[in-house]
Amino acid sequence: MDFSGSAITMAAMAGSEVTDIAAALRQVLPPECVLGRPEERRPYECDGLTAFRELPAVVVLARTAEDVRRTLLTCQRLRVPLVARGSGTGLSGGATPHPAGVLLSCARMNRVLEVDAVNRLARVEPGVPNLKVSEAAARHGLYYAPDPSSQVACSIGGNVAENSGGVHCLKYGLTVHNVLGLRGYTVDGELLELGGAAADGPGLDLLALAIGSEGLLMIVTEVIVRLIPRPPCAQLVMASFADVHSAANAVAGIIAAGIIPAGLEMMDRKATAAVEPFVHAGYDLAAAAILLVESDGTPEEVREQVQEIEQVLRGAGAGAVHVSGSEAERLLLWSGRKNAFPAAGRLSPDYYCMDGTIPRKHVGRVLEAIEQMEDRYGLRCMNVFHAGDGNLHPVILFDANEAGSWERADRFGAEILELCVALGGTITGEHGVGLEKLNSMCVQFSPAERAAFFAVKESFDPQGLLNPGKLIPTLVRCAEYGRMHVHGGALAHPGLPRF
Amino acid sequence: MSEGDPSIIEGWRACVAAAASRGTSLRLRGAGTKDFYGEQLAGEPLDLRDWRGIVDYEPSELVITARCGTPLSQIEAALAAHDQFLPFEPPAFGADPTIGGVIAAGLSGPRRMFAGAARDFVLGTRLLTAQGEQLRFGGQVMKNVAGFDVSRLLCGSLGILGILTEVSLKVLPRPRLERTVRLELPAAAAVAAFNRWAALPLSLSGAAWADGIAWVRLAGAPAAVRAAREQIGGDLAETELAESFWNDLRHLRLPFFATGSLWRVSVPPATAPLDIPTKPLIDWGGALRWYADLPAHVPVREHARSAGGSALAWRGPAPESRFHPLSPVTAALHRRLKQRFDPAGVFNPGRLIAGL
Ligand SMILES: Cc1cc2nc3c(=O)[nH]c(=O)nc-3n(C[C@H](O)[C@H](O)[C@H](O)COP(=O)(O)OP(=O)(O)OC[C@H]3O[C@@H](n4cnc5c(N)ncnc54)[C@H](O)[C@@H]3O)c2cc1C
Repeated sequence: MDFSGSAITMAAMAGSEVTDIAAALRQVLPPECVLGRPEERRPYECDGLTAFRELPAVVVLARTAEDVRRTLLTCQRLRVPLVARGSGTGLSGGATPHPAGVLLSCARMNRVLEVDAVNRLARVEPGVPNLKVSEAAARHGLYYAPDPSSQVACSIGGNVAENSGGVHCLKYGLTVHNVLGLRGYTVDGELLELGGAAADGPGLDLLALAIGSEGLLMIVTEVIVRLIPRPPCAQLVMASFADVHSAANAVAGIIAAGIIPAGLEMMDRKATAAVEPFVHAGYDLAAAAILLVESDGTPEEVREQVQEIEQVLRGAGAGAVHVSGSEAERLLLWSGRKNAFPAAGRLSPDYYCMDGTIPRKHVGRVLEAIEQMEDRYGLRCMNVFHAGDGNLHPVILFDANEAGSWERADRFGAEILELCVALGGTITGEHGVGLEKLNSMCVQFSPAERAAFFAVKESFDPQGLLNPGKLIPTLVRCAEYGRMHVHGGALAHPGLPRF
Repeated sequence: MSEGDPSIIEGWRACVAAAASRGTSLRLRGAGTKDFYGEQLAGEPLDLRDWRGIVDYEPSELVITARCGTPLSQIEAALAAHDQFLPFEPPAFGADPTIGGVIAAGLSGPRRMFAGAARDFVLGTRLLTAQGEQLRFGGQVMKNVAGFDVSRLLCGSLGILGILTEVSLKVLPRPRLERTVRLELPAAAAVAAFNRWAALPLSLSGAAWADGIAWVRLAGAPAAVRAAREQIGGDLAETELAESFWNDLRHLRLPFFATGSLWRVSVPPATAPLDIPTKPLIDWGGALRWYADLPAHVPVREHARSAGGSALAWRGPAPESRFHPLSPVTAALHRRLKQRFDPAGVFNPGRLIAGL
């Protein structure tokens, strides 16, 4: 993989230094928690963005908050970078290791510490997989709302670091709306408690700042999440459209009618065609796009809302409109949506999932622009996304073994993101910046805005030891990216004001 | 001057630069409805009301963007015309605050536990910094994780990091139906009931207790409101009475609040009544407890702390500080953020934290 543009500039470490770090860590941690041999470290070389790989100098498998604190103190003493990792499902290289640093895996910190049904919250360790929280709360009729498609695997710590969303966040919010408190350590190993079981606290909202901070500000060792009552009933409406524009208009129509569905997702024909053969969800393959619209609540409420949704969809030109007849069918219809990425993996040797967000009204326009880009880059792109939030997930299909193919996919993705920014949107709705979108950050933010991000970073971590080189591009990097762009003559929308 | 005239911002920029070079400070002020709020008022007042007007509002995008000086009433009227609203019900205290002040204070009304707090609806902000630069964080879209979430950090910052010049807020359709029921209950039973109901799929939008009466507001689809009413029981309050109760609670205009001193205690919602000798007014389904005219010897902060919460001396004499003291680690982070955003200490010195 081409790494010339990456933020990791430090050369791989000499063998003796690696041994020093490992030895120092073994003095304060049980030896079996410190992995030093290359074959032990190899499984941690990348997260879900496999195009970026680095072998960490040392891997620590933390079991307790105290392990985390000791690791931090050691890194601080040796001035060694530290990258936290949950389940490694991140899609932006947030957990890509630092070649000269420690990769701290929180996967073993996987206990649900408390389910407080009365106050409707759970205290969990960061390595707990997202879905386990809802499972632990289920006997109280409660659940944790944010549901990333990766929820079987991804950890709460990772969700907090990325401010992850899911198919139901249109109605129930993102991670930031559903986390009440964090406990963890600063880079100096000092205990930091933000938020808590009480709703309001004094001072600046550092809790909101820490959520989505991609492991750059603190290491989280405990998360207090909000639990909400499980709605007694849910139904899914599936509608077919002959063109993506009408589907996009239907999305706006639903919101304009005063309806906030529990979920509002779109899949284009390329996506349904990819999924249908192995999920057999019953998607309409003749449709240019389908919408999946979920209603939840009491049975009467759902009945009323489903009728309204059907009406809006038909008014917006939907061909077939189908309402799930059973819970099994509802889950089947969702499973196609949730398996879209694996399906992409069956279609193509490699795929690259983008994550821009735009105002809803531009969805149709952007999908058309992407279609034109497909021709220009000679790559296919399927679209399956959170339409209700305007959060696009164009999935670019490519073959890494073909020379120049990844570079084309990378440029294709960057152009989509630039279009998102130009239309008043953002380069990432839920997957984070990590290493992947550093260049696009140069497009979305001015030098002064990036300086403000560095100011935040320095307030928490003056030496830059926590996940260095991620999230905020340096001035130099942006200057290089700017030059490259202009030299290539490929500045995507030269006529548009940049900021 | 016309709305959005750039010379307004130019003027502010000059004020900021002048203050920084003279070593003086500015007291950022909208309509002044929250002059009472915070640790102290200091610096030369800078009136932010001229930079006003709704910049963008498209109901089907569920987002409104407005300049900081826009009166809350103007925003609420624009939203009401499309049957939408600000779900966090910001208190106006009987006057007409600016939207910039609403977000800088970050206060939320009775719907807070059911719909979300002010910060939950902040999508984007523009900030005029001590360096005179206009920065933009977040945006007008529902989901945005590019960079740190500075917009939410600014919500409730009481202006100590810079001038909030513009905000983009998520809005929602008004509930189709709202009904309020009243039940005669002692405080402890009311808190227990609020939390029992909140754990059930009932469409609550408010739960408060005052003077022996529990007020429960239900909102949503008519069918859902009906179902919730059946489960909760109680007497249906007349629409007018209910509306005036929730409004007066939101804006702190109920007779309870007409006192000299007032403590605002934030605790986990199911916390049993605190061992404090006067009757509280309870809001947010139990998560917020107000105490009026407490004798000075009552250790409110201790009570709040041991319940896992915090206490704010809203009005009247405050002990060491109005806001609950921060832990040393958190306080150090505040100092470093302030130092980096506003090194010369131009903006609202000491308003959020003494000495900052
Ligand atoms: C098939 C698939 C589907 C997906 N669907 C969605 C989706 O619907 N919505 C969505 O939002 N995302 C989705 N994702 C992305 C990913 O699952 C999320 O970003 C998730 O939150 C990452 O969690 P993780 O535990 O795997 O974190 P990792 O990838 O291990 O780490 C992510 C970031 O968190 C930091 N981190 C981890 N633990 C800690 C800690 N304890 N303290 C501080 N920082 C920490 C890391 O340093 C890194 O920056 C999907 C991914 C895949 C592979």
